[in-house]
Amino acid sequence: MIHVENLTKHFDQVCAVDQIHFDIHRGEIVGLLGPNGAGKTTTLRMLTGFLRPTSGTIRVKDFTVENQALEIKKMLGYLPESAPLYPDMLVFDYLQYIASIRSLPPDRSLSRIRELARQCGLEEVMHKPIGELSKGYKQRVGLAHAMMSDPEILILDEPTSGLDPNQIIEIRDIIKHIGKEKTVILSTHILSEVEATCDRVVIIHQGKIVADGNLRALKESAGGTNMIHLTVRNAPFEDIENQISSVEGVNGIAKLEESGDQVRTQLTISSGQDPREEIFRRIKQTDWVLLEFYQQTQTLETIFRGLTKEN
Amino acid sequence: MQQVLYIFRKEFGSYFISPVAYIVISIFLLVTGWFFFTTFFLLDQANLRNFFSMLPVIFAFVIPAVTMRLFSEELNVGSYETLLTLPVRSGEVVLGKFLAAVAFTGAMLVPTLAYPLTVSLLGQLDWGPVVGGYIGAVLLAAAYAAIGLFASSLTRNQIVAFIIGMAICFTLTLMDRMLFFLPEALLGILAYIGTSPHFQNISKGVIDTRDILYFLSVCFIGLYAARLVIEEKK
Repeated sequence: MIHVENLTKHFDQVCAVDQIHFDIHRGEIVGLLGPNGAGKTTTLRMLTGFLRPTSGTIRVKDFTVENQALEIKKMLGYLPESAPLYPDMLVFDYLQYIASIRSLPPDRSLSRIRELARQCGLEEVMHKPIGELSKGYKQRVGLAHAMMSDPEILILDEPTSGLDPNQIIEIRDIIKHIGKEKTVILSTHILSEVEATCDRVVIIHQGKIVADGNLRALKESAGGTNMIHLTVRNAPFEDIENQISSVEGVNGIAKLEESGDQVRTQLTISSGQDPREEIFRRIKQTDWVLLEFYQQTQTLETIFRGLTKEN
Repeated sequence: MQQVLYIFRKEFGSYFISPVAYIVISIFLLVTGWFFFTTFFLLDQANLRNFFSMLPVIFAFVIPAVTMRLFSEELNVGSYETLLTLPVRSGEVVLGKFLAAVAFTGAMLVPTLAYPLTVSLLGQLDWGPVVGGYIGAVLLAAAYAAIGLFASSLTRNQIVAFIIGMAICFTLTLMDRMLFFLPEALLGILAYIGTSPHFQNISKGVIDTRDILYFLSVCFIGLYAARLVIEEKK
């Protein structure tokens, strides 16, 4: 659906986006992840036709951004970062203006505005000026603006910034709901958001794509260095080391914390192995008191930090 | 083309949402009214020549104030990004905003119709030059609005936009009075560039296609330049 090739953007001397490639298919929810200034917003702005790429091509369906920007804009709904809207306009007037610009037939625009107001929780503020709204409500107006024409592709730049936890969950539900039929691209630096909503993650760092794939594959490919956390009582660390380190698959054992008669340890497991059963059997033979025993895979956070650490 | 109408409607409407519109109109009416009627009874002539003769200078002040927010405000608030990612061409945006500014100056001129009406009660008013004057005023306003719109597209600061717009409009207005200082070889061209002679012709009631063409060219150049600036911002 969206095909991006060799996309590059320079601002004077600074290279904001450097030769990126990706393809996005219909019905995908793609999370664009990266530290501040990585080039997320610039990439999205080029997709929407707001910025002209220095080089490279963007194709949406059969249209290219250089020649058929208008056709692409008709298919896109875009929520810019921090939802910049006209502060003097009333919410209702604004949505009506967007409806007319988006060429919604007049008889349908009113019902569509009502529908969006309900979906985005705007009913109480319809007759307030946008400038008087709280940040969360502005964000919702921006979302309603982006969804007005029921576009095939929805591009959201940090859609949940400034929202309270309840609203964040609501917005995520909306995004997931839309993502069933439509293509959604969202940028964020909130990692849990990506885990909660996206099928696929693209991590950008210093203008380059450093990772691209669905979440599970990404976690596995990031080294599969699984950890097991084990906390026991009534056992000195040396005993644990003797008992456990000989289990097949356990690469190492480290003491994290010792307080009183409790020991917290971390076991490193070689990839592809699952020695939990054997560890459990060994512990059963002793008189240790097992307090904690759980496996931990690499989190998105550690992957992210690993990929985007400054050199 | 439909989009131009929607943008026009929105822009024209938002003029009247903010108090700026009412302030600008009030100042315009105060200044023109005061200048016109203080000398009117001294001159003792039933015409509006005095009113129209000072219009270019007043417009050079007022119209950049009307147009300064059109792009600068959007650039400042950031709504510019929302606007340009809607399915509209940049030319349609420019045209919509321009027409809104012209319509606003039209609304500003409507209350001044009280002057010819008052004058016609006091004496024998020749309506020809009055009609010509108003046609000229609208053309002049359009030319200055195009310049002001261009100035507004240059910067996110409304004050800077106002000053740039005013500087250009003033130069064009006073061009025919500055010819004395300019090189002789350029006199012909420079005299033609000034707005005042063209406006005076029309406000005498002489509607010449050359003058109309002049104003339309200024509009076109201003709008085209504004469009170029927007395209260049990408």
